[in-house]
Amino acid sequence: MKPVAFDYERAGNLEEAVALLRRADAGAKLVSGGQSLGPMLNLRLVRPELLIDVRRLQSLRRVEESDDRILFGAALTHAEFEDGEVPDPTGGLMRHVAGGIAYRAVRNRGTIGGSLAHADPAADWLSALTAVDAAVQVRSQAGERVICLSDFVLGAFTTALAEDEMIEAVAVPRLSAASAWGYHKICRKAGEFADAIGAVVVDPERRYCRVVMGAVDGPPVLLEEMAEALAAGGAEAGLAKLDAAVEVALPEAAPAARQLHAVAVRRAIGQVYGR
Amino acid sequence: MGSQGIGARVRRKEDDRHLHGRGRFVGDMTMPGLREVAFLRSPVAHGRLGAVRKPAGQEHLVFTSADMDGVRPILAKSGIPGFKISDYPALAKDKVRFVGEAVAMCVARTRAEAEDLAESVEIEIEELLAVVDSLAAREPQAPLVHESWGDNLFLETVANGDIDDIVKRAPIVVKREYRTARQCMHPMEGKGVLAYWDHQAGQLVVCSSTQVPHMIRTGLSECLGIEQRLIRVVPPDVGGGFGYKCVLQPEEVCVAWLALTQKRPFRWVEDRREHLTAGANTRQHHYSVTAYADERGRLLALDAEVTIDVGAYSVWPFTAGLEAAQAGGNLPGPYDFRGYRCRTYSVATNKPPFTPYRGVARTGVCFAIELTIDAIARAVGREPAEVREENLVQARDMPYDNVTNKHYDSGNYPESLRRAVRMIDLPGVRARQKRGEPDGQLVGVGFSTFTEQSAHGTKVFAAWGIPLVPGYEQATARLTPDGGLELRAGIHTIGQGLETTLSQVASEILTLPVDQIQVVLGDTALTPYSTGAYASRGMVMAGGAVSRSCEELARRIRHIAAHLMQCEAEEVELRDGKIFGRNASISFAEVGRAWYLRPEQLPDDVDTMGLEVTEGFRPQVDTGAFTYATHAAVVAVDPDTGLTRILDYIIVEDCGRMVNPMIVEGQTFGGTAQGIGTALFEESTYDGAGQPLASTLMDYLLPGPAELPAMRIGHMETPSPYTAHGIKGVGEGGAIAPPGAVVNAINDALRSLGAEIAEIPATPRRVLDAILAAKARPKSEEVARP
Repeated sequence: MKPVAFDYERAGNLEEAVALLRRADAGAKLVSGGQSLGPMLNLRLVRPELLIDVRRLQSLRRVEESDDRILFGAALTHAEFEDGEVPDPTGGLMRHVAGGIAYRAVRNRGTIGGSLAHADPAADWLSALTAVDAAVQVRSQAGERVICLSDFVLGAFTTALAEDEMIEAVAVPRLSAASAWGYHKICRKAGEFADAIGAVVVDPERRYCRVVMGAVDGPPVLLEEMAEALAAGGAEAGLAKLDAAVEVALPEAAPAARQLHAVAVRRAIGQVYGR
Repeated sequence: MGSQGIGARVRRKEDDRHLHGRGRFVGDMTMPGLREVAFLRSPVAHGRLGAVRKPAGQEHLVFTSADMDGVRPILAKSGIPGFKISDYPALAKDKVRFVGEAVAMCVARTRAEAEDLAESVEIEIEELLAVVDSLAAREPQAPLVHESWGDNLFLETVANGDIDDIVKRAPIVVKREYRTARQCMHPMEGKGVLAYWDHQAGQLVVCSSTQVPHMIRTGLSECLGIEQRLIRVVPPDVGGGFGYKCVLQPEEVCVAWLALTQKRPFRWVEDRREHLTAGANTRQHHYSVTAYADERGRLLALDAEVTIDVGAYSVWPFTAGLEAAQAGGNLPGPYDFRGYRCRTYSVATNKPPFTPYRGVARTGVCFAIELTIDAIARAVGREPAEVREENLVQARDMPYDNVTNKHYDSGNYPESLRRAVRMIDLPGVRARQKRGEPDGQLVGVGFSTFTEQSAHGTKVFAAWGIPLVPGYEQATARLTPDGGLELRAGIHTIGQGLETTLSQVASEILTLPVDQIQVVLGDTALTPYSTGAYASRGMVMAGGAVSRSCEELARRIRHIAAHLMQCEAEEVELRDGKIFGRNASISFAEVGRAWYLRPEQLPDDVDTMGLEVTEGFRPQVDTGAFTYATHAAVVAVDPDTGLTRILDYIIVEDCGRMVNPMIVEGQTFGGTAQGIGTALFEESTYDGAGQPLASTLMDYLLPGPAELPAMRIGHMETPSPYTAHGIKGVGEGGAIAPPGAVVNAINDALRSLGAEIAEIPATPRRVLDAILAAKARPKSEEVARP
């Protein structure tokens, strides 16, 4: 269980990183925390010719605050969110979610950008940041673009990133003071990837309500009808739509699996409404 | 008694090096010219092996069975009549029989390069239908793992007591099917072996992570066809065994052969993926049980059929028949009843060869009998703890010969249960259940009592037909010229603290402090033959041997000391690390100096054997010192998710006289953690083609600190009447009872829903499926369920 030989370059700056990425022509992988990539290398599931280390790039560690959002550099670690070393625009949701990712040893090195680029459907950031309608800022030698998280993941471990693009930052909207969130993850043991995730954000001031069912086979599912009912009629109205919504979203799933997803969403809604 | 003798909570001598990361494991060793080995393993579960094509220019770095001319297959014959023999070649020959079976070995400067090389070897395999399920393997039309057999049965055993009258009359009949999953043992360090040719000694030196170095030497000699004197097995630090390292490994044969033929050092270290696939080799049982009881729930007879998924080959020396022999013999557990029928099937499948794991078959049989006892209690509408207590062998009946002729030597089984009932506060849990939980969780309580034949000896192993039968265990004790003590024993330390506990036994007799005692274990060149560390035998057997040799050494020391102090030997007393005579005292160093350096001071009739003693030990009755315990668990089951949380966990154990209570507790807690893994988490799953589906620790869940309860332990101490110092074995016990206690607790919690679990691990999915099935069941069926 040792990796195939690869070259290693430490990028001195962002420009160099994207230039290396371009030059490698799909043969390169970016590495920062390496918490998913490391095992995949050892298992020989990925065999890049080149690893481009971006862990020390200061521009990937920046935090830019503006009135309606905060921009987080992609190489900030889960632990930095967990420990409150960076501001939280989501009223505690990000800090809560970060603290529940895997184990502390993983959180010390794993990064928010790496997690999103890896696009494991069961990963926490994916569901949580989809629930707040975050976006990723992406860069290549050709320039920059912004992709909404709900458009970013195409399938399990598949994203809208081109081969020569990298995530530079994540833009997270500020929730208003009157907002509330719920996040419930069901997993068999502490630190494991989730079997079901429910993520709910209700922000009446911004006329925003989103219900996310995560840890499914593909990208997180937005339960839009439910969100509308929730925004219009509150918990009872929203929950009335739950079972049907799960059934529509997961027609192939076994009854027990469907129940888990429904429970995760119901409990997340319960947190929003204080029970 | 010396302050560090038997019973003292002495800190482990081993911990200093381990806690500082200074242990020396196979993976830590370095050696000039060392080459690393990677195995190319079969990607299919069953197939005919065709050509193996080595990459051009690198043929000399790749080895197949064709290259290992003259190497004999591992051949584990059981003496039990009807046992079928499997040739287990170190590298696959003609056929592959499980995913992960070694087909070729590749050597290179680094492991990564060896793995590159393995990828470039092409193997032709004509895939055959695989035998994956042990019940299907028993069907007449099943594909054959070994064609020449005509079926897939390694062994069938029958215990056929006459229970016909009971069957006709018994008012309560409980029928259940139970399953336990296939598992891996997951020692922190997997297998590992480094071998080289020692030109000075003219010996093949094999440094292997093994529990049984002396047996490995015997096994290597048989497979390689060289005399045992030409082989030295030196086990370095071993990072856990649990049974995984108690058999001769094909990789040991391969790497030893490389060193023997190439005369240079080679090493292979198992990685976690190899462990999870090629090492998924234990625990998988299926039970069909019918229990007959009276109206009060008193068990009258048991009729059982046990099918064990033994995998492709018979391991050496414990054989493919050991698990079944243990299952059939131990299913009656700690219970007093006389009607027993049991048929066991040891079935060959296309999975890794079954290897005995901590607790051996007893984890499975304990699960089966303990769930059955609770099912009987529910059938008669009584508290399971009470029904269990009434069925246990009572203290007044000890020693007790049970229905399978096991001789339960001593103890008070019901008292262990009563203490567990008190410690877990059964009435309190029942009251809590009545109140209900505010969050809708369901609380349940479960108990599990077992008795464990530890340190079973010659007669027992001979009856199981094992090729290597343990006899007298030996140990050497030697006083050094400056009054220190050296102990040498052939048993090996695999993390269980023997360097400390054997020193404590010596300290008990000689009164020397533990840190003046040097312990050498396992090395076949330095220590007396031992069949090794398994079957919870180390402390009883090697402890007994150390005790005997130290007693004899003490006698000789007293004799010389008496002469030096001009008194009678009978007047000499060893106390507090010193030697006292009638009017004087001297140090151990003075006795050592007299023998080694100043022989003119010795008495004329001095024992010429000197201050080095090797003695052998075997308990006067060696059918086993029976350790026992009751475990109790309180769980909360989330009926919406099927998740089980353990709220409280009690252990009341009796392993006879405790040599070091701290180590007893460590062994028990560690074993219990593994047992909770068996109960709730661990499972090596396969698809229909025999492909393992759990090949990383993301798919195979081990319990971590967050999943394990803060266990509370109570001790009872009934000395064995037959062993030195009344010691019984304790290594395995912890891993036996948890599935019974935890799943009984889950079923207690699910009772109100009419759901019941009969398969482990009791995953959230299985719990949820059981709940959903109970909801879907028509009302009439629910009524029929007690």
